Amino acid sequence: MLGSAKPSPVPEPARADMESLLLKSVSKQEETYLDQFRQGQKELAGWGHPWLDQVRREAMARFSGLGFPTTHREEWKYTNVAPLARIPFRPAGFVLNGLTQEKLSRFLLSDPGSSCLVFVNGHWCPGFSSLEELPQGVYAGSLADILENNPTRVEEHLARYAAFQEHAFVALNTAFLNDGAFIEISPGLVLDKPIHLLFISTVSDTATVTHPRNLILAGPSTQATIFESYVSLEDGVYMTNAVTEVVVGENAVITHCKLQEESRQAFHIATLQVQQARNSTFASHSISLGGGLVRNEINAVLGGEGIHCELNGLYAVNGSQHVDNHTLVDHAQPHCTSHELYKGILDDKASGVFNGSIVVRQDAQKTDAIQRNKNLLLSKDALINTKPQLDILADDVRCTHGATVGQVDQEAVFYLRSRGIDEEAARRVLIHGFAREIIERIKVEALVTLLEERLSAHLSTYHKTRERV
Amino acid sequence: MLEIKNLHARADNKDILRGIDLKVNAGEVHAIMGPNGSGKSTLAQVLAGRDVYKVTAGEITYQGRNLFELSPEERAHQGIFMAFQYPVEIPGVSNVYFLRAALNSIRRARGLAELDAMDFMAVAREKAKAFGLDESLLTRSVNQGFSGGEKKRNEVFQMAVLEPTLAILDETDSGLDIDALKIVADGVNALRSPDRAIILVTHYQRLLNYIIPDYVHILINGKIVKVGKKDLALELEQRGYAWVGEAVASA
Ligand SMILES: Nc1ncnc2c1ncn2[C@@H]1O[C@H](COP(=O)(O)OP(=O)(O)OP(=O)(O)O)[C@@H](O)[C@H]1O
Ligand SMILES: [Mg+2]
Repeated sequence: MLGSAKPSPVPEPARADMESLLLKSVSKQEETYLDQFRQGQKELAGWGHPWLDQVRREAMARFSGLGFPTTHREEWKYTNVAPLARIPFRPAGFVLNGLTQEKLSRFLLSDPGSSCLVFVNGHWCPGFSSLEELPQGVYAGSLADILENNPTRVEEHLARYAAFQEHAFVALNTAFLNDGAFIEISPGLVLDKPIHLLFISTVSDTATVTHPRNLILAGPSTQATIFESYVSLEDGVYMTNAVTEVVVGENAVITHCKLQEESRQAFHIATLQVQQARNSTFASHSISLGGGLVRNEINAVLGGEGIHCELNGLYAVNGSQHVDNHTLVDHAQPHCTSHELYKGILDDKASGVFNGSIVVRQDAQKTDAIQRNKNLLLSKDALINTKPQLDILADDVRCTHGATVGQVDQEAVFYLRSRGIDEEAARRVLIHGFAREIIERIKVEALVTLLEERLSAHLSTYHKTRERV
Repeated sequence: MLEIKNLHARADNKDILRGIDLKVNAGEVHAIMGPNGSGKSTLAQVLAGRDVYKVTAGEITYQGRNLFELSPEERAHQGIFMAFQYPVEIPGVSNVYFLRAALNSIRRARGLAELDAMDFMAVAREKAKAFGLDESLLTRSVNQGFSGGEKKRNEVFQMAVLEPTLAILDETDSGLDIDALKIVADGVNALRSPDRAIILVTHYQRLLNYIIPDYVHILINGKIVKVGKKDLALELEQRGYAWVGEAVASA
């Protein structure tokens, strides 16, 4: 039809050219990292220790081989990292940029007895850290320190769990692994206060990248809570590419909590790799509020009998934020339970992905796995892709999963209004209540207080009045 | 206090209320009875301002004002309270947080000082005790996992805290054991005063043994077909709605 505004379709050859152009620019980016590695590897902590050098070199080779994932990869179908791959990030230095202890305070737990390790742009900052209250029998400090002075202490565990062979970002992190937290808890020790790992990014005029690397070794029969948070004071473009490995000893009870509050222009890619021994309990609470493009992966390997694993997650995003949560629970042994609940709140044009994998291996009889994902869409442009992925090879198991996507319950809004609460406040109360179900599961009071505070501050930025869905 | 004239309301293209007339004076208790699906809850919800019901004709004045000009929250500020037949569960919002927010919005609207958490807790504890509401229910999420009876008690408890001028109780007696029924009735009777009015929607004469109504209305098929004194409820209990239907048809 004449005058039609329809764009004419791009002819096939031109499309193919664009694709290869894009690929080219991506592979050039990978070269940038390779160059950075060649030039900078000698600066990395513990350089010269053969096993460490080898791990880093292998990881670098693997990254070059894999390249940044494209959306053709099933695992990255809904999260396009091309924007990230295009930016020539430079390694972030230790730049305080006017950062003071005082400015940090709103990110810290109010509990006076808690310990905190502060990292600025991925570099350990002893001046801001407080470790005086740590009891005997627990080591918490800089991984770079250990790699420099006593690398054999971590050799058995470091980079043994988070598989860099198949994962470009883990490979990149492993190639550049340098600093982060190393925590080792002696058998039988019960820590009643959480250990906080605070990663703060200061923004400079060039886009920078950090590769925080944490190793947490919780001995048999230990009990502890580790709280990781990722924050920035100002808005700016940078990338955090973090990997945390947690080894949970027999009979240990470990809680891991993560709060992601990066700058709205930041890229945050993180993997939490958990290895559980028999009769242990591990709980993860992952709260994602910030970042422009976010990918959280949690992989838990239930490597013994009688294990309980709990994964809770909350993502609340608005504007044009994108948050992707990938979880994998690997039931490798019989008589284990895993309970997973992820909840999402998406406003404006924000998008989210939840992909929950449960693998039940052939021997893992009597597995009891529950997975749920619930989403609240606050605008008609918000989007969520949710997908359970069950791979069950044993026959005597109980596996349930379910996903819901809904809007704010109008009946509940009316209930609150009929009691005198105005409509806007009613919606706020309900949205907050939806989120609180996750926060409530955390049993550490100081943490709950901090998270409630951060969540309220975050949700208060959500749309007030507008077209409702 | 309340005057309903020729009220018609519909939902989903279905006419539910088909010409209701009802006048409630301060100090009175009115019972509304009627078979399932006759429109009792619809009437209660329209009074509270639920917008899924479209009013197609008629008017309602409350304390001399056009009720339709008020939002649900404004109606609450003006002293209207409706106890829901099916109280809504609100995950993640504690009962006390919710009720304090409600009370304080009402107080704000009336130009009164807000209650802080401590003062409010004192009030809440006292009222909860009076209504046999287990204290643990105060800190739990609103109605979540409450038993049927607990939900109903929670409604009456909210009513006691908010002290409405016009209380509409939609089948608050259903699902209550006999002791709970007495507690609820005591609560309602305690609220009775010359400047307040109460509308009770019920299926059972039993409740009316404890709360003596001034008038009993029978609602059938969206219309009030019969009005009487408290004896009407007794007669209804013995003879059923068919009798009223016939009586109306033959009249
Ligand atoms: N939101 C709605 N949409 C469509 N139909 C509705 C709606 N609400 C009520 N109805 C219908 O209107 C009629 C009256 O319902 P209502 O709940 O008012 O009855 P009721 O008298 O309270 O009954 P019960 O004694 O069972 O509580 C019923 O047929 C019901 O199915
Ligand atoms: Mg009803």
